Amino acid sequence: MDNANYKIRTRDLRFFYGEKEALKGITIDVKPNQVTALIGPSGCGKSTFLRSLNRMNDLVEGAVVRGTVLVDHIDIYGPEVDVVALRKKVGMIFQKSNPFPKSVYDNVAYGPRVNGIRERKVLDEIVETSLKQAALWDEVRDDLSRSGLALSGGQQQRLCIARALAVGPEVLLMDEPASALDPSATAKIEELMYVLKENYTIVIVTHNMQQAARVSDVTAFFYIGELIEMDETRKMFTNPSVKQTEDYITGRFG
Amino acid sequence: MIGRKFLDFTVTTVSASSALFIILIVLVLIGDILLNGWSTLSWEFITESPMQGMTEGGIFPAIFGTFLLVVIMSFVGVPIGTVTAIYLSEYAGQKSIFARAIRFAVNTLAGVPAIVFGLFGLGFFVQFVGGGVDQVVSGGAELRWGQPNILWSSLTMALLTLPVVIISVEESIKTVPRELREASLALGATKWTTIRKIVLPNSITGILTGAILAVSRGAGEVAPILFTGAAYFLPKLPDSLSDQFMELGYHIFIMSTQSTDVEATIGIQYATTLVLLALTFSLNFSAIFLRYKVRTRSAH
Repeated sequence: MDNANYKIRTRDLRFFYGEKEALKGITIDVKPNQVTALIGPSGCGKSTFLRSLNRMNDLVEGAVVRGTVLVDHIDIYGPEVDVVALRKKVGMIFQKSNPFPKSVYDNVAYGPRVNGIRERKVLDEIVETSLKQAALWDEVRDDLSRSGLALSGGQQQRLCIARALAVGPEVLLMDEPASALDPSATAKIEELMYVLKENYTIVIVTHNMQQAARVSDVTAFFYIGELIEMDETRKMFTNPSVKQTEDYITGRFG
Repeated sequence: MIGRKFLDFTVTTVSASSALFIILIVLVLIGDILLNGWSTLSWEFITESPMQGMTEGGIFPAIFGTFLLVVIMSFVGVPIGTVTAIYLSEYAGQKSIFARAIRFAVNTLAGVPAIVFGLFGLGFFVQFVGGGVDQVVSGGAELRWGQPNILWSSLTMALLTLPVVIISVEESIKTVPRELREASLALGATKWTTIRKIVLPNSITGILTGAILAVSRGAGEVAPILFTGAAYFLPKLPDSLSDQFMELGYHIFIMSTQSTDVEATIGIQYATTLVLLALTFSLNFSAIFLRYKVRTRSAH
């Protein structure tokens, strides 16, 4: 097996909230420039898993992580890891679009600015490129000074994507990014993922089976903290090897 | 059946009349002060110094002293209170012993009677700190800092109002949505950057509310400055931190208890009280308004 060909690898990843074991030893390999979908019923641990890939779970009081998470072959829970640098490399899009109460420009420029970029010209360029990548530029180019909160829900989520892209990540973690959006806004986000995967590695959590089938190359099915099955999406949705997966996908429980 | 109805009626009447009673007290209090103070109140009363053994003239030095007191107090108390609130809400684990100790201390501090702060200020700031400074500077030959002055009064008042600031700022910091903090952290911002650029700008109304409530409380307290810096009468305004000062609340106190002619000063007392009330009321109303704005935001 070609080890160099994986962007993210987890080995026996366990996660505890106090007494509760939310992840019971997850071993997954994520290929670069692919969309990997994590599916499963509520509380199955897929979001917890996603958030352990950029150490957002560090913020949870009383949380304990065991096992390893390798991003580019470096253990991100290792003692010498700079969490700030990790999060620049592994960006995140949240379920609820969360633009800052600032202008569109300042939202996108936030990341570059906190990372020390000050020159207006450079910032202008990053803002434009990121908004273009997030397919939002044409809708906001006339007035970048308007508040990010004044945009529609779908535009806000694409603004958050632009904001994440502005720091130059290699991986994008998406936590049900379209669950609060209407079908046409959802379609836009899905098209965007299709384009973005050329340059980024995407891991997405979704509740929506059709969405997973549409956007992902690989699908992983989680159930009560365990990884039940992971395979190419086409195979998972047509001919899963585990009965439980089939039951979930066909809507027999969930 | 009649008995039950009667009971209902009685309870309604009794509770309504006690509520009415409270409104009446406020009306009588304000009405009395307005009626008796209004005639003495004038532009000169606000801008001039007391004259004729304080039986005539205005109260400008007391207004100025009160103003100076709350400004110095805020400069010390608001930053310390804000930083403490930041620590409590952002850094301390909610169950950590240290955080619990701080919370306990804040609550205790809030319950300590004002006069105890006054005595503490005298013992700690005036005698210990001030006396110590004099020892170091002049070997105790010159008494400059080791006596009551506006600095020690302001610091004592800052201690008294610290809980107000801490509680108000912390409450406001908590209304900043978690999603915004997460968004900032996920972009590679450090915790401190997130606090500076996201949390604090979104809690500015809470910090203002805390400052205003502290000022309003500080302007109304007399006991903490009794031994630490307030003066009966001064011919000139304070121009150094080591000067004593006149203050509105203290002015009312001495006018009504230690004046050479209490009867002659009744108009001045009422008018001074009116000025003090107007000051604290307007501060409180602006704090309520700001707090209302914070609350409506957190309800979104």
